[in-house]
Amino acid sequence: MIHKFKIDGYNIVLDVNSGGVHIVDDLTYDVLENVEPPFSDKCPDEVLKKLKKLYDEQDVIECYEEIVSLYNDKILFSEDDYEKFAKTAVSSPVKAMCLLISQDCNMRCKYCFASTGDYGQGRKLMSVETGKKALDFLIEKSEDRKFLEVDFFGGEPMMNFDAVKEIVKYGRQREKEAGKEFRFTITTNGLVMNDEQLDFINKEMKNVVLSIDGRKEVHDRMRPTANGKGTYDLIADNFKRFRAVRGDKEYYVRGTYTKYNLDFSEDVMHLYEMGFDQISVEPVMADPSQPYAITEGDLAKIFKEYEVLAHKISTILNSGKFINFFHFMIDLNQGPCAIKRLRGCGSGNEYIAISPDGDIYPCHQFVGIDKFHMGNIHEGTFDLDIKKEFAASHVYSKPECKKCWAKFYCSGGCNANNYLYAGDIHNAHKLSCQIQKKRLECAIMMRAVKLLDNAQ
Amino acid sequence: MKHIKTINKANLKATAAKGGCGKCQASCQSACKTSCTVANQKCEKEA
Repeated sequence: MIHKFKIDGYNIVLDVNSGGVHIVDDLTYDVLENVEPPFSDKCPDEVLKKLKKLYDEQDVIECYEEIVSLYNDKILFSEDDYEKFAKTAVSSPVKAMCLLISQDCNMRCKYCFASTGDYGQGRKLMSVETGKKALDFLIEKSEDRKFLEVDFFGGEPMMNFDAVKEIVKYGRQREKEAGKEFRFTITTNGLVMNDEQLDFINKEMKNVVLSIDGRKEVHDRMRPTANGKGTYDLIADNFKRFRAVRGDKEYYVRGTYTKYNLDFSEDVMHLYEMGFDQISVEPVMADPSQPYAITEGDLAKIFKEYEVLAHKISTILNSGKFINFFHFMIDLNQGPCAIKRLRGCGSGNEYIAISPDGDIYPCHQFVGIDKFHMGNIHEGTFDLDIKKEFAASHVYSKPECKKCWAKFYCSGGCNANNYLYAGDIHNAHKLSCQIQKKRLECAIMMRAVKLLDNAQ
Repeated sequence: MKHIKTINKANLKATAAKGGCGKCQASCQSACKTSCTVANQKCEKEA
């Protein structure tokens, strides 16, 4: 399978199964419209007849020979022989955990998937005891995995910061005893962050996700306080202070765009101009009846906007400055292995979420859905049937993914989005897919052009 | 080649044989948290 696309004046051809990326001329692009394996030694007469109206005949013949040569080298129209690896997909050790340390929030974001922080289950905080037990559970289930990821998530985790500190302290003690390494992360809205908290987070957290949507009016419209006031002015200084001490350690500012700001490249640039150079901005996922929800009719504008964003980012990079947009990150040479690419995030299998009561779910977005309740760490229950179902949720078990060119890049997408908006973890959520594919095309183009420039 | 420039190693198949060690980051723990992209992850297998 190949996928070809035109973007920013370049003709790009992706050989899906080898991962090969080719930049081709217009002639090759047109020849590829008309040929596919099995190939004969000579360019078929009907192709020649059709294309010699537009191109020199000898050039068409040469081009055909180049295509056949790459086919023989197995980097064009290469075979899909990965399904045998997918079929052996079995339950894996658990290596990542989302701790809902605070099922409460001091903001009332209008698009919140967690029902403004309480996941529809009432506002509550996780106890230190539950947090410690969750780390013990993770160590026990991690088998030979050394690096264990724990994300303090909410609601707003800073509302239970003393527990965060105690649990991190416990983790540092337990990792030595168990021969593991905890990689703690925190996702915060930045409303509360004094100097002491800031220093602790900077020291202990491997990655920090700072939630901010971009321009003040965009942010304030969707992210108010409980009493309806905008929060941009309250958080901007905290995040800038954090950025100043963070140096080159990992962090991201993370925003959500909605129907109200389909010109979201402006928000990415606003965040960059604030001094942030690690940026993630994603489409809101919401019921289509919500006025802010992104719908099919918005896609043309969104696709154009990603191209605008790619252009803006390339301009910054070409001027010798640095910016990283999370959703354009791609490594075309040393990325994750094909096995990793079959299953994606690992939710419900390698990755689980723990609620304040110690309930286990496949990920934070499944919390509160009874059907996906996997057990409880206090009761010592852990439903391996649900774990197996998620372990077997790979790109070859998802009919839409199996035939999709992007399957080795998005890896079957988000199981939660698939369930919530397409009815089953195996059903592709088409809106997400279309946006994902556009982001990938931009990312592949930007990287391919860079590699081509480096080679010349 | 005159018409086609191949710009990467195209080595995905080779990674299938040696891959699957599971040491890499869970993709949703990084900066997305509401979506999934794997292409931006890095391999952490020790050489």
